[in-house]
Amino acid sequence: MSFEEIVKPENLVYKKTELLTDKPLSYCPGCGHGTAHRVIMEVIEELGLEEDTIGVAPVGCSVLAYEFMNIDMTQAAHGRAPAVATGIKRVWPDKIVFTYQGDGDLAAIGTSETIHACNRGENIVIIFINNGIYGMTGGQMAPTTLPGMKSSTSPYGRDTHLMGNPLKITELVAQLPGTYFVSRQAVHTPAAVRRAKKAIKKAFENQRDKKPGLSFVEIVSNCNSGWKMTPNDANKWMEENMFPFYPLGDIKVDGNLINAK
Amino acid sequence: MMGELRLMKGNEALAEAAIRAGADAYFGYPITPQSEVIEYLMAEKPWERTGMVVLQAESEVAAINMVYGAAGAGKKVMTTSSSPGISLKQEGLSYIAGAELPCVYANVVRGGPGLGTIQPSQADYFQSVKGGGHGDYRQIVLAPASVQEMADFVKLGFDLAFKYRIAVLILSDGIIGQMMEKVELFDPIPRLTDQEVIERYPWATTGKKKGTQRRIITSLDLEAHEMEKHNKHLQEKYRLIEQNEVRYEAIQCEDAEYIFVAYGSSARIAQKAVQLARKKGIRAGLVRLITLFPFPSKALQEYCKKGVKGWLAVEMSAGQMVEDVMLAVKGCAKVEHFGRFGGVVHTPEEVLQAMEEKIIGG
Ligand SMILES: Cc1ncc(C[n+]2csc(CCOP(=O)(O)OP(=O)(O)O)c2C)c(N)n1
Ligand code: SF4
Repeated sequence: MSFEEIVKPENLVYKKTELLTDKPLSYCPGCGHGTAHRVIMEVIEELGLEEDTIGVAPVGCSVLAYEFMNIDMTQAAHGRAPAVATGIKRVWPDKIVFTYQGDGDLAAIGTSETIHACNRGENIVIIFINNGIYGMTGGQMAPTTLPGMKSSTSPYGRDTHLMGNPLKITELVAQLPGTYFVSRQAVHTPAAVRRAKKAIKKAFENQRDKKPGLSFVEIVSNCNSGWKMTPNDANKWMEENMFPFYPLGDIKVDGNLINAK
Repeated sequence: MMGELRLMKGNEALAEAAIRAGADAYFGYPITPQSEVIEYLMAEKPWERTGMVVLQAESEVAAINMVYGAAGAGKKVMTTSSSPGISLKQEGLSYIAGAELPCVYANVVRGGPGLGTIQPSQADYFQSVKGGGHGDYRQIVLAPASVQEMADFVKLGFDLAFKYRIAVLILSDGIIGQMMEKVELFDPIPRLTDQEVIERYPWATTGKKKGTQRRIITSLDLEAHEMEKHNKHLQEKYRLIEQNEVRYEAIQCEDAEYIFVAYGSSARIAQKAVQLARKKGIRAGLVRLITLFPFPSKALQEYCKKGVKGWLAVEMSAGQMVEDVMLAVKGCAKVEHFGRFGGVVHTPEEVLQAMEEKIIGG
């Protein structure tokens, strides 16, 4: 059978969304960033929001997100994406505005901007990629680095007496009256991707429908390079170590905390 | 036709002018001596008058990044602060310069360094005209010397900001921010509609229409040669501004042998010193700078050619603007500096005495 005979519209079961450019991703093979990009862009396409969406890219490995996402995008200073998104949303209240941020970006330098945008109840979406480490700058400790976890600045493992405790920023923002939907997901298996996509879709729908408050979706992800593991080992390590500390699932739905732990 | 006359504080004039200039948003954080700006805006409810957004941010860092976001989306935005707050804004201002976004902001300067004093000062000159944040960049700096100019420069500032896609700084101080004067307010300019913004600013992120190129607001280029190209383009823009946008006022300079150079409150004090000098038979004049960047170097050189014997830079700092005066006159005549600082304001008598001792007698 020739290529043309196989690739027919009626045989097509899956295709790349138009909202991703053809530029090769700059992420390490096996990294969760690429899948997270795809899922967000699919959601925006499926909801028909591309003409009205403005994305905000962070500082970190995904600093070039605007090169891959085929929509209008603004690149923000390290940690400031929630403030930048606030500025955009306030002057274009009918547009859909989202930020895409890593844990160093959102939970370290940008803690203030994150908490206050959440607490003000800005009607935006925040997508938070938590890989427990600073990927771009070479694997330094992040606020989300687990106790005992090694990084280039915690080479003997994170000593919480010396280096402080990991910050569960997602649980923290869920407590704020300004958040309407808070969920923690992953994208390392097809089933996880489906659940993540559902959560992201809900987040964008909330904004589209002008539900009161901010929608926040954390994606627990791997950083195989920073963790110095193969992609497979990284995903396994993530399941065994990250998920117990950062349990997956919805934390706040329609403004109500669910199964408060 | 006369505009509306009012007796206002400088800070209030800034705020009222923002509404009248058709600003879409103001993002700010309180700090003395400029908190009246946001207080006035909140009391005035511009969201009812014109639809303008006013938001008190959690910090100056957040405020300038809100400006960055909204400006990148094509809207007319403004923020104001005072010295320590302006230091916090430098990160965002550098990004605004890199991404070439238009905005207007004001620094109502107080005495420093550090927390310093809430009294007026001009010690933020270097930070204002030499870049301020990281990287090679400039911004247009307007120096009002009256409450009237506080209002007028908001409108002028927005025109220049959009003409060049650049940040325009209104560099004021605690005297002008706090004092009350008569001001003639310009007639309100309507805010642009969303459709007008989309048509007028094709570079802005307003949502990508199907089949069109996406818009990206960024200051990043990982490729050094591309980054150099961008820097060259920025520098060319700054040279164009130097050619086209120099503004100053020459007061009694036609026959002057000795010229004061000053801006803002210092210029008003120096103007009084000119009067005192003339009474004594000293042919003194004043070049009052209106734009600090671009600096009126050519104008100063012209006076040099006419035979000016000496220059005195008068500023409320330990000597910052004086460096630009020296660069401008290129050693044609003596240049000295006189200033009080840390929040102390000089008197006209002191200024004249400095001219007599440092330039005429020296
Ligand atoms: C003001 C500032 N400080 C520090 C940096 C350096 N820096 C770049 S990326 C980064 C960490 C990013 O980590 P994270 O947000 O977790 O994203 P990841 O790379 O892991 O995806 C840091 C510290 C910077 N660009 N700007
Ligand atoms: S360094 Fe880590 S986060 Fe960055 S692309 Fe590689 S795997 Fe992904």
